[in-house]
Amino acid sequence: MESDSKAASAVKKAGAFGQWLRDVVQTQGGRCAIPVYILLLLGFIAPLVMVLAFAFATPRTFTAFTSFTLENFIHIFDGSSSVLMSYVWALAFAALATAILTVVCYPVAVGMVRIFGRRCSMVISVLFCFPLFVSENVRLYGWILFFMKNGILDGTLKMLGGAGPDILYTPGMILFGICYTYLPYMLFPIVLGVALVPQDLLTAARDLGASRFRTWREIELPLAMPGVLIGMLITFVLAAGAISESKILGGQSVVVITNDIDIALTYSQNWPQGSAMAVVLMIVIAAVTLYAFKKIDLEKILGR
Amino acid sequence: MEKAIMQKGRAPEEESATELAKEIKPGDTILDLVHVCRDFDKVKVIKDVSLQIKKDEFFTLVGPSGSGKTTILKMLAGMDQPTSGDIVLGGKSISTVPPDKRPTCMVFQFLALFPHMTVGENIEFPMKVKGIPGDKRCDRAYELMQLVSLPESYYKKNVMKCSGGERQRVAIARALAYDPEILLFDEPLSAIDAKLRKTLQKELKELHARSGKTFIYITHSLEEAMYMSDRVGVLCNGQLKQVGTPSEIYNHPVSRFVASFIGDTNIFKVGMTAAGSWACEDFPGMQIKVAPHGDDRDGYLVVRPENLRVMYEGAVPADNVISCHVRNAYSMGSRIQYQLMSGKKEIMLELTPRHDHGIKPGDTISLGWNADDAIFVTE
Repeated sequence: MESDSKAASAVKKAGAFGQWLRDVVQTQGGRCAIPVYILLLLGFIAPLVMVLAFAFATPRTFTAFTSFTLENFIHIFDGSSSVLMSYVWALAFAALATAILTVVCYPVAVGMVRIFGRRCSMVISVLFCFPLFVSENVRLYGWILFFMKNGILDGTLKMLGGAGPDILYTPGMILFGICYTYLPYMLFPIVLGVALVPQDLLTAARDLGASRFRTWREIELPLAMPGVLIGMLITFVLAAGAISESKILGGQSVVVITNDIDIALTYSQNWPQGSAMAVVLMIVIAAVTLYAFKKIDLEKILGR
Repeated sequence: MEKAIMQKGRAPEEESATELAKEIKPGDTILDLVHVCRDFDKVKVIKDVSLQIKKDEFFTLVGPSGSGKTTILKMLAGMDQPTSGDIVLGGKSISTVPPDKRPTCMVFQFLALFPHMTVGENIEFPMKVKGIPGDKRCDRAYELMQLVSLPESYYKKNVMKCSGGERQRVAIARALAYDPEILLFDEPLSAIDAKLRKTLQKELKELHARSGKTFIYITHSLEEAMYMSDRVGVLCNGQLKQVGTPSEIYNHPVSRFVASFIGDTNIFKVGMTAAGSWACEDFPGMQIKVAPHGDDRDGYLVVRPENLRVMYEGAVPADNVISCHVRNAYSMGSRIQYQLMSGKKEIMLELTPRHDHGIKPGDTISLGWNADDAIFVTE
């Protein structure tokens, strides 16, 4: 009797977590998911917890969980370092690259769907991912060869009597690199989104008197929006975390936050400081994306 | 006359197709298809179709799938253009006028409602595009919803949450909101279950009377066509086989195809053996009486199943009598259909249950028909 009531109260205390745990152990699907849970726990949650723990540790130490200080965060915001500027650069590059890629990829996606049809265009957009088979750094060094003095562009133009533009190692070049690297990540979801818009609806809108622009504005774009939004989200997150572009193509002309984190964790051996910067970056990106998604009513866009 | 020429000469471009359509009087020709042909990669899909559609009529194009009826409808809506020939509206060619500049509006087979809009927004879309102010739009939307029997509360309902029949009504209301002179229907009832379809057919016919618009409907179901239309055009392989009222088509089909497309029927191949004497290869040794029709070519006799009579003892004599073996009986509620065999020829007979003479499968009976009850066609 007594043990029964004890067990019942224990279950009550455990609540939702207990229910979840029982589902995992008792159902076949739950048991099959156990390896995934373990992998997520070890490979995803544990490192995040470590980063979080180090962010609150004493600067320039290598032990987490033994101390608690906000010194690392204060250092970021007190204006004594250039870290804040690095955040601004990273977010500005990410926002600009997202905007540029949206404008570039949307017409490409529409063209692909019109020309190759719904199914084929998805296969063809996979072709855009082939460059990903080559290491990003190798591809970026390729661009250096293209743009450098006496390189492919400059050399060719010199032969013709001109001179190549001196744009290597500038912020503009970093933006170009980010756009170049993350184009497939934007294109694929947009193609998916555009392909999901039924052609019938566009014909119907035209038949009901809407001009081409009106049809695009009121029917095609809202219905393709889920794809566009996903593309924007992926691109923004990836671009905010980009590092090679600024290192290789930017030549340290500006420092982005990932670069600062990299330096803190390697060269200056200040793990707590690097962790704190990473935590702030995560919070900023999460806030921006959550805000964007709150602003845009997904339910209404999807219409179901 | 002079005035008409002057007007025509003055500004043929300025007068829009929509205004032209409004000026046409009911009963006059609104749409004139002149030798319309359409090829797709050298395959002739529409072969020389000429057709006049009158203002305010309910015209149905009917044909089996692949007969080209959707292609014709698309050309009328402006989504496709004829390879040769012309589509004339009120004396002006509209073959190359884009869909948004035509007084036509299409109700699509799969309705093409905008899933990200409410019922009200869907209906208001064509008015919004025209630049009609918000409150006027809203009033008109409520009017149209009433016209198609949608409750007012549906104005704010998500269109994807409506049932099949309700979506149908939204699609029709949206098309009417465009205020077209001609409404085109691309088999919108084909995906709806039989009982609801009957209701919607009735409603559509009533709506046609109330709205005073020209309806052009396409379907593969002749039953549906006959039920609703003022006139029917039968299409086969891109050719218009016959145009007429439903009863003309049923009682005076011009060919075997039209006859058999409109309901089950018996077709006997007949040939003339001597002047006024006919024989049928299905009934060897028998002389068939055929009503005089002034054509001595070989042809076919079309005998509707309900025009065959059972020759019981003491029955009124018929011109032609054959002996048949009853194989099966199919009850269709108000009627019973019998499958009979006369030699190797299958014959269909339809009787009402009260006058079935107690016929059972396995019986051998005599069937008769009068020469006047059969229709003679040459092709």
